[in-house]
Amino acid sequence: MNSSRLPAAEFEAEEVVRATLPAEPDGGPGAVALQVLAADGTLARGLTATIAGEHVDFSPYLAADDAGHLRSLYRDMFLIRRFDQESTALQRQGQLALWVPLTGQEAAQIGSGRALAPQDYAFPTYREHGVALTRGVELSDILRLFRGVTNGGWDPRERNFHLYTLVLAAQSLHAVGYAMGIQRDQLADPSLPRAASIAYFGDGASSEGDIHESMVFAASFDAPVVFFCQNNQWAISVPSSVQAKVPLAQRAEGYGFPGVRVDGNDVVAVEAVTRWALERARSGRGPVLIEAYTYRMSAHTTADDPTKYRLTQDEQEWQPRDPLIRLETYLRAAGLADDAFFEDLGAEAATMAADLRQVVLAMTAPDLESRFAAVYAEPHPLVQEELRFFQQYEAGFADEGKHA
Amino acid sequence: MATMTIAKAINEGLRASLENDPKTLLMGEDIGELGGVYRVTDGLKKDFGALRVVDSPLAESGIIGTAIGLALRGYRPICEIQFDGFVFPGFNQITTQLAKLRTRSDGMLSAPVVIRIPYGGGIGSVEHHSESPEALFAHTAGLRIITPSNAQDAYWMIQQAVTCEDPVIVFEPKRRYWLKGEVDTSAPVGDPFSAHVLRSGTDATIVAYGPLVPVALAAAAAAEEDGRSVEVIDLRSISPIDFDTVTESVTRTGRLIVAHEAPTFGGIGGEIAARISERAFLSLEAPVIRVGGFHMPYPVARVEEQYLPDIDRILEALDRAFAY
Repeated sequence: MNSSRLPAAEFEAEEVVRATLPAEPDGGPGAVALQVLAADGTLARGLTATIAGEHVDFSPYLAADDAGHLRSLYRDMFLIRRFDQESTALQRQGQLALWVPLTGQEAAQIGSGRALAPQDYAFPTYREHGVALTRGVELSDILRLFRGVTNGGWDPRERNFHLYTLVLAAQSLHAVGYAMGIQRDQLADPSLPRAASIAYFGDGASSEGDIHESMVFAASFDAPVVFFCQNNQWAISVPSSVQAKVPLAQRAEGYGFPGVRVDGNDVVAVEAVTRWALERARSGRGPVLIEAYTYRMSAHTTADDPTKYRLTQDEQEWQPRDPLIRLETYLRAAGLADDAFFEDLGAEAATMAADLRQVVLAMTAPDLESRFAAVYAEPHPLVQEELRFFQQYEAGFADEGKHA
Repeated sequence: MATMTIAKAINEGLRASLENDPKTLLMGEDIGELGGVYRVTDGLKKDFGALRVVDSPLAESGIIGTAIGLALRGYRPICEIQFDGFVFPGFNQITTQLAKLRTRSDGMLSAPVVIRIPYGGGIGSVEHHSESPEALFAHTAGLRIITPSNAQDAYWMIQQAVTCEDPVIVFEPKRRYWLKGEVDTSAPVGDPFSAHVLRSGTDATIVAYGPLVPVALAAAAAAEEDGRSVEVIDLRSISPIDFDTVTESVTRTGRLIVAHEAPTFGGIGGEIAARISERAFLSLEAPVIRVGGFHMPYPVARVEEQYLPDIDRILEALDRAFAY
């Protein structure tokens, strides 16, 4: 022990963090993360794996040779990172109550989101801004929740993208139930386009009972659902080793369906694996669990302070694995994108951020009166009575101007 | 008119719901082959199949949570929770998700999920099989809660719950499952969220619901022998509560007893007492008196007779009300 000169608590904290970090950041103990776009920016042309005893060739789902598609994946990742930065700034300036950053997880979200078909239905947690982008949700609508003007923000039915869920893992059961509905719809009308649902959750949420129950239900009924876990290593301040002693993807085996761990910073592999899983689910072969192994490069939320629980060195180790740098390196080396492409994209993102800022600043609080209307679908005497009271009470301040 | 037990009336009501709308389905533990531990779903799987009557894994959060997902896809799930005390693993899904779906979506989404819960004591069972947790749910905005006390209501109220656009919890008085009554299957009973005056009176009002309605009626009959004319109201709906009907009655009678099996502290009776004190203070001849369970977990079966409000406990409360 050479720690006698260090304050004990500080030393212990460092020891704990080191002990719980995965030994092999790209793969983790006992699991190989599927990858085609390596951290050095090289891109493999094929991908095969044995999953739950089944030989799977992901090549039909790989977009490795489609330059336009790869550029569009990069564009989505770039725009959503800029959105993340702008939203963080807005929170710091007091314009948002809270912000949930996604930096580092762009590949996991854009890759999986772009794999979805229009008829598929996504159930996000609260960090899935990238998935929202791929579903065509107005990005400013996401900020309505965080600005405190609504608990929702968009019509889920327009984009088949459900509202954010703040209670961890609750939405995983909704995704399974929705998938059970898809099953019934297709039995009633086989001409309907085949569809699946996808449940997003994190490594922290994987400890919640609802994840277990959702996987039991999904397996029991062969529900067309894909469980998409973004293992970003940290549940606020608690490392993923406290959530699971085996790679999360391996849990699927216990429920009787395939689990696959993909490099969550490799947008091409994530898209291919998710396309495969969704198609498998749509074709009636049951659920799949995908663990996208990634890293949250920022705080859990803007209320969080990662310097209290993890080492700058670890964050620096993940920097070279940045999903954007990785694809940029490939696009440049392969001659698929030049300076002009990246400059244009930078300008587009700056305009987007400026527009977003204007929209957010113009968002005004709803009147409390309007909140009475959405509690029940059908008339409710107590709500009506309390609304009448509130209106009369407010009217009493009419002479003094608006009651603050 | 047909005579049937409350359990059979619910069974027939569920059958009618399944026939009327192909989007309805039942979910719960042991509800298929077994027909539910109380046989309320008896025969329905045989007639409607495993896709409409789903024997679910043994997981209450799973039942409620997947029902929410089915509702989002346009289905109308009717969930059975096996016993009152087992609803709590599903409490999170009911209170944080189901109840709030409409508000969170600014009115764009509905959650027409029905949750049936056999509740209350008097069946001589073991712990977690005899509880009355209705107040815990009534406190949550976004939910509706009803409780039939007779076969006619049981037959119609379950169907009305199924067609309601809001989530509805149906607390079924399990010790009355075998209570027989006349059912008119041709005519619905009107608004399921209204109270019914079952017996007219001029001197006092007893409000009760679910399993205590027959007790309240018997107490009123006994009070009549003492020369007291007691009105009895079956609340039927716990959320919302039909305060107008109760207020109108108390304005005439001047005295109010509220009786339920759940503990009185923080219970529905306290809510009714407070509202009626606000609405009819000058009509009251006595404070509103609550008759209910004590502040303890539901006791062991060998002493539940002492715990449960009976005719004498209601008569004692009437004595106190008349003593003012």
